[in-house]
Amino acid sequence: MSEFIDHNKKKEDYYSVARNAGEAVAEFSGEKFSVANKIHRFFHSQPVAAPAVVLITSIIVFGLIVGDRFFHPYNFSLILQQVTIIGILAVAQTLIILTAGIDLSVGAIMVISSVVMGRLAIDFGFPPVLAIVVGLFVGAFFGALNGFFTVRFKMPPMIVTLGTWNIIYALNIWYSNSETIRSGDVRNIAPLLQWTGKSFDFLGGRLTYGSILMVLIFVVVWYALNWTAWGRHVYATGDDPEAASLSGIRTGRILMSVYTLAGVICAICGWVIIGRIGAISPASGTTANLDSITAVVIGGTSFFGGRGSIYGALFGALIVGVFRNGLALAGLDVLWQEFTVGALIIIAVAVDQWIRKVGT
Amino acid sequence: MSAQPIIKAKGLVKHYGRVVALDHADLDLYPGEVLGVIGDNGAGKSTLIKAISGALQVNAGEILLENKPVSFKNPMEARDAGIETVYQNLAVSPALSIADNLYLGRELRVSGILGKVFRMLDKKTMQRQAREKLSGLGLLTIQNINQAIETLSGGQRQGVAVARAVAFGSRVVIMDEPTAALGVKESKLVINLIKDVRDQGMPVILISHNMPQVFEVSDRIQILRLGKRVAVVKPETHSMSDAVSIMTGALDPNDHEAGAFCSPPEGK
Repeated sequence: MSEFIDHNKKKEDYYSVARNAGEAVAEFSGEKFSVANKIHRFFHSQPVAAPAVVLITSIIVFGLIVGDRFFHPYNFSLILQQVTIIGILAVAQTLIILTAGIDLSVGAIMVISSVVMGRLAIDFGFPPVLAIVVGLFVGAFFGALNGFFTVRFKMPPMIVTLGTWNIIYALNIWYSNSETIRSGDVRNIAPLLQWTGKSFDFLGGRLTYGSILMVLIFVVVWYALNWTAWGRHVYATGDDPEAASLSGIRTGRILMSVYTLAGVICAICGWVIIGRIGAISPASGTTANLDSITAVVIGGTSFFGGRGSIYGALFGALIVGVFRNGLALAGLDVLWQEFTVGALIIIAVAVDQWIRKVGT
Repeated sequence: MSAQPIIKAKGLVKHYGRVVALDHADLDLYPGEVLGVIGDNGAGKSTLIKAISGALQVNAGEILLENKPVSFKNPMEARDAGIETVYQNLAVSPALSIADNLYLGRELRVSGILGKVFRMLDKKTMQRQAREKLSGLGLLTIQNINQAIETLSGGQRQGVAVARAVAFGSRVVIMDEPTAALGVKESKLVINLIKDVRDQGMPVILISHNMPQVFEVSDRIQILRLGKRVAVVKPETHSMSDAVSIMTGALDPNDHEAGAFCSPPEGK
């Protein structure tokens, strides 16, 4: 114990010995960086650069393989139409994944919202606007339900949404009587529901209002994530929930708002899918769930939460769209599209892991 | 005369199931002093600090802030009351930038309709003030205030956390192991910072395992044992080995010649 007393007596000297120490701190030596190192540092500092590079490269490559047909404005607007559904769902999915969660029920929420809109407007004669609003509330309700179980009972989001996915699917079959509302009926009785599928000429291509809606959703959510305190709190909550709550963020409220908002976005997507298909089918959008996760992953958003961006999801959705379109135009069988998408996911995550590493 | 305590905690009890973390613990913090809090692992240091900073709610007991009873439901309320805390686990978000972290939970919005309706963040002001606050404290020199926290060294991260507390605290700054992750020189900076804060008249509660540090900077040292405050000593009257003996139970604090509880600091 004598050492303690010793220290105590000359406590003034405790740090003084370090006074004359050199000022140099451990630094990186600038010359050692290889090309790979530089590339790594660039992508590390610009996380969205990787998907952007992939998107541009794939457009160029498919352009070279397929030729003018690919570069035609009409083809680009076609790609945009094809990615609209997945793109919107990817926004919802990005919000959830940013909080280190995952939502398996996005597709189901989308479909039940569209079924509710259709049933109310066509079978029960609601004014279409009211039917859409009720549909949005249905989406908000199921989103909030996911959030409630995740926050209140601290259940893993994957389990919660696996459960609600099945529940919503069953409710959906029950509510719709497994019947499809025909496109003609929608057109005659509630044409507003198909408005999202209407298109107009734009620079030689055709844009649908649904695509415009998608871009609008991206812009609004981008703004909310990057320019409001709420957005900072979403990132902080996903990054380290304990640190976030010690910083004074009410993480439970943030999670509830994220899940509810995701539900509303899915419901908007339910409106868009009516426009895209024309008819309202309880069996539509079966692959939408996993496709939305694919888009988010390819867009470079981390499954561990707190890292990623909303335009990453847009790039991800577009990359999948460009690959599917390009491969189809190149005359390859659909199964090779699936194969490629699978390979893209693996490569995207592998690249992501490499980029995330700090110490190379 | 002795001044009124700024913070007075009386008989705090906190148990997790059957594990008792705080067993009628007390704490008195007077204006302009650095109060060291030491104790063996599990003595209740962190629990006591979390109770005062609003990170957890006690089962019994009361906390008086300037003679008014307070009960903080969350850290935000404690912060609003002017109590800032640096936590052991830093409480910074690695993926966010330095400026974002400094203002986490108290973001500034631009004025006018953009701020009120669209709730737009005033990033420019936050970045400028963050740079001013950091360089004003002389704690670290950082070129890019928009750097993510995860690109900083452990010492720099701690610097950001300390800077945040010092920059925003208006009544009390609580530091839970602020130098645990730091090198010798960085620790010295933090210690000097604590002295600066005290000299500006703001009281500091310092929880640390580092005995020489606690003895160097503290005016009074509160010793916790098994969830209770067993002694409050002054570095002048007690040696580190005395403190360790009391902390571990080897010495009954009342047997010490200076007694178990020293007098509160003189009013300034």
